Amino acid sequence: MNNIIVLPLIIPIIVGVILVFLRPYVKTQRVISLVTMISLAGISLYILNKVQAEGIIRLDFGGWVPPFGILFVADSFAMLFVLTASIVTAICLIYAFSSIGESHEKMFFYPFVLFLVAGVNGSFLTGDLFNLFVCFEVMLLASYVLITLGGKKAQLRESIKYVIINVLSSWFFLVALAYLYGTIGTLNMAHVSERVAEAGQGPLLTTISILFLIVFSLKAGLLLFFWLPGSYSVPPTAVAALFGALLTKVGIYALFRTFTLIFYHEPSITHTLIGIMAGVTLVVGCIGAIAYKDVRLIASYNVVIAVGFILVGLAVATQTSLEGSIYYVIHDMIAKAMLFLIVGTMIVLTGKTKIDEISGLIRNYPLFGWMVFVVTCSLAGIPPLSGFVGKVLVGQGAIESGSYVLLALAFLSSIVVLYSLLRIFLNSIFGETIISTEDEVPLKKGMIIPIVLLGVGTASLGLGAEFISEYVSDAAYVLSKPSVYIEAVLGGNK
Amino acid sequence: METLIVLLIGILVAVATYLILSRNIIRVILGTAVLSHAVHLLILTMGGLKTGNVPLLKEADAPYTDALPQALILTAIVISFAVTAFILVLAYRAYQDIGADDLDALRGTSDE
Repeated sequence: MNNIIVLPLIIPIIVGVILVFLRPYVKTQRVISLVTMISLAGISLYILNKVQAEGIIRLDFGGWVPPFGILFVADSFAMLFVLTASIVTAICLIYAFSSIGESHEKMFFYPFVLFLVAGVNGSFLTGDLFNLFVCFEVMLLASYVLITLGGKKAQLRESIKYVIINVLSSWFFLVALAYLYGTIGTLNMAHVSERVAEAGQGPLLTTISILFLIVFSLKAGLLLFFWLPGSYSVPPTAVAALFGALLTKVGIYALFRTFTLIFYHEPSITHTLIGIMAGVTLVVGCIGAIAYKDVRLIASYNVVIAVGFILVGLAVATQTSLEGSIYYVIHDMIAKAMLFLIVGTMIVLTGKTKIDEISGLIRNYPLFGWMVFVVTCSLAGIPPLSGFVGKVLVGQGAIESGSYVLLALAFLSSIVVLYSLLRIFLNSIFGETIISTEDEVPLKKGMIIPIVLLGVGTASLGLGAEFISEYVSDAAYVLSKPSVYIEAVLGGNK
Repeated sequence: METLIVLLIGILVAVATYLILSRNIIRVILGTAVLSHAVHLLILTMGGLKTGNVPLLKEADAPYTDALPQALILTAIVISFAVTAFILVLAYRAYQDIGADDLDALRGTSDE
């Protein structure tokens, strides 16, 4: 029974299509979409455990044995991403119930969130490079709609740039695929990896790998993130949180997959380049996070810093640092969703976006103020919250391989993250309150509950790191030993 | 034949780059459309142009032409068609709301 691993892709699509027909029934749509996401989380947890017990699972569509057909491959690395994405999406949906507004809900908001999830999950699970392109496009089309939904001037203005940049990067993806197919003659990831290893990664293949690097960097926001702050600060809060948590992570996943499985023979070129890009991303992201006073832009630049940090783990590419990166991605999905929800809630409560216009929120909303403190500590990597483990392991890996410059940049960036978020905390949460008790906008339960849930999530991920360490080290082991993945896909037919 | 097609791809990419670099949104969108045609031709050329018979088992003799690039292109065409349709609608809507089809007028992030 390997068919189960197609469920994370197929369930959201089917349910999304059904929801299109339930357009006027907002309550039904809410219930169905939330139940879908929770059951997806359950299914992915089940698959994750199955992978742990039985090794990597694959599903050949239509019975075409690899390398001929398209296939899905579930290893711990992919399943950890799918699981976290499902949980974070479910929580963002709860936030959307009370914040997104009925006009959005009647304009197919929930179907498109589900299509987005389908694209994201498909990208994580696929074992075929062209299929990865298709899943990227499914995800991107849903994201185009979600970013424009509402049709405010700022949304339209930013979404045009977002769409054109992504069309261009998809074009680069196709060019890279064409060259790869012309050189290697296959698009099945495991098969490509095997053939690259046989032929040796010559200059031609290294050039193709850099083309892939450009494509995935555009999607992940590694160095080529110029589009990111603008487009992540315009959509409604719940959508921004989903984007901040999920979309860049798909690019990160693709970078990890291609540069650990396929193009790992010339680390002095490719991985050095990734290291330089990650370093520059960290520096520029830090400058951005400090430079702006708009809370949404501060949050967006924090996404950029996190991408740089995670890619330090790939540039170093020891098993420890990969493990650290995986921890950090899981942490970052949860914490970034939380940060975006908090920032959006601040804007809802005060109607203002600049940190020096908001003040003293902790007096009116004590629980909310504490949650801002939790997310600040979590993103800065203060134990026992979840950022800590990832940072320690990436640091350890960097020391093992002697990449001291990256190490220094990575940890300096943590201090800048702390500073940029403390600025929000000191200016907006502490201080004289600007809201009198009469004008106080009540903080809806539907808004604070998801934030608290994510806060609990980051705390329990930090405290319970022991529980997931087994999965994470298995994922890092598969990443650092490409032969395991290749054997699972090409060796023997189940 | 391959050389000819590759030259054609080069010309298409040059035209598309010129269009994308202009300020008018419609020209940018046309540029992306031309660009996608260029890459479809590139995939076709990369798979080899007519190196054998039609790939129908029992109907024709080996060697067969590789059919995979065509499947890839078909998928890519559908996707680029959908995306182009979407951007055209988006550009029209932006033109209605903002009153500009010039990318210079779409600058800025903070003013609502």
